[in-house]
Amino acid sequence: MALLTRRKALLSLTGGGLLLAGCSKITGGDQLNDSAGFQRVLAAAEGWTLSTQRFLLGGGAMAQEFKVSDISKNFKANGTLNPGGDEYDRHVDEGFVNWRLTIDGLVAKPMSLSVAELRRLPSRTQITRHDCVEGWSAIGQWTGVPLALLLRAAAVLPQARYAVFHCADNLDGEPSKGGQQSPGQYYESLALVDCRHPQTMLAYDMNGKALDVAHGAPLRLRVERQLGYKQAKYVQRIELVSDFHRISGGKGGYWEDRGYEWYAGI
Amino acid sequence: MAVEAEDAMPMPAPVRRVVVYRHTFIVRLTHWINAVCIFVLVGSGLNIFNAHPQLYWGQKGDEFDTPFLALQSIDKADASVGGQTIVGPLHLNTTGFLGASKQGGELTARAWPDWLTIPGPTDLADARHWHFFFAWILVANGVAYLVWSLGIRHIQRDIWPTLADLKAIPRSILDHLRLKHPSGEAALRYNVLQRLAYLGLLLMVCGMVLTGLSMSPGFGAFAPWLVQVFGGRQSARAIHFFCAGAIVMFIVVHLVEVVLAGPFNEIRSMITGRYTLPKEH
Repeated sequence: MALLTRRKALLSLTGGGLLLAGCSKITGGDQLNDSAGFQRVLAAAEGWTLSTQRFLLGGGAMAQEFKVSDISKNFKANGTLNPGGDEYDRHVDEGFVNWRLTIDGLVAKPMSLSVAELRRLPSRTQITRHDCVEGWSAIGQWTGVPLALLLRAAAVLPQARYAVFHCADNLDGEPSKGGQQSPGQYYESLALVDCRHPQTMLAYDMNGKALDVAHGAPLRLRVERQLGYKQAKYVQRIELVSDFHRISGGKGGYWEDRGYEWYAGI
Repeated sequence: MAVEAEDAMPMPAPVRRVVVYRHTFIVRLTHWINAVCIFVLVGSGLNIFNAHPQLYWGQKGDEFDTPFLALQSIDKADASVGGQTIVGPLHLNTTGFLGASKQGGELTARAWPDWLTIPGPTDLADARHWHFFFAWILVANGVAYLVWSLGIRHIQRDIWPTLADLKAIPRSILDHLRLKHPSGEAALRYNVLQRLAYLGLLLMVCGMVLTGLSMSPGFGAFAPWLVQVFGGRQSARAIHFFCAGAIVMFIVVHLVEVVLAGPFNEIRSMITGRYTLPKEH
């Protein structure tokens, strides 16, 4: 009897192991994963997360800020490490004195600002944790212009719902051509409530020094309550829109067009 | 008198199957929803883990920090790829399983092998969609279960161990080691190790949800204190991983016990609710 039950135990261990394993192949998970209908079902969760977090966070809950001693000695740079191309290289050589940030689209007062002009505006400094969608985190200090200030100056029109951030880097390895949006061109978008959050800024300094090329020189977005891919680097243009479905892949960002959630609060 | 004498004589107990209604509908329903959710969450969690197969302690951790656990691939001298598991100071060769495993017949750099992950191929975006959808279902299911079973005192009566239960722990351990299962009426009552295991599972699932939320930068802004409780975002990620390991171990033991106690009867009781009492020895 004992022998029999022990054999049963061994058999069930193997069976249990098989059941736990082989998820996709045995259970057909991969076929499900390829089905557009099933993906639409899964996508519902993003809406649940967004509305729950909007409810919990309201407009104002602040991301945790840290001490100078918490700053990562080496802050991993990810995505594009250098946009390259003749145009960007020239900006690097010139120390970005001719870099312009354009704010246009659904605004009453479109504007174009140099980095020096941005540096003269009121600034904010914050030490925050950068959470990559891959799972790692690094802590850095950011100084920049609160985005809310720029949007107020540009007088956002009532029909605007999102700000789209157009960047100088092309993750497909090709430099941008003539300002035209090629499919690999990095871009991001935010709802206005996140744009107006006090910690959301266009940063020009990192850890007390001008942003380096790998981390997004001369301007990058910081939107502290969302994941790393929302923190667009090399920002050239902020376009206010009522919807982003006609821009690039239509999902509101480079990584969003590649299947990642538009709302990256989780 | 003969008739009276016969009546007074002890008769052998009739061999009769005693079937009882053991598991209520809510327990059965939430059990199977839970089973599907945990299955998908473990598989998709391992796929997500593969995007950065290192664990750190504290708030931060990236390629410049030292992980206490890592599943990595190494390039060997003969240009083939090897798998290595690093646990603190230990460097273990885990080629074929962790760090490097066969994918389409070829040894490929990959933290967890593709036969363990959902979806099979490395796909962080899709794995996140699976993970968060089923996490929501798990939470809704778990809340329904907790409210209902606290309300009808299922947890207090059947799962929370009594003092007498706790005193019987050594005896229960012995019984389990001997693969001795209770029979008759005694089989209806959860023994103390069962109670502790189910309580532990409840605790682990709560731990999974809270550590999972602590990794969310949005939720972190809502409850930074919770992230602190776990020692930071990266420690929350590590604890999330260890709780998952504990849950997988629970499931393995759970399945072994189901088979040992009579898989047909046990599984039927979790589907129809009806359970045949094991015969007295």
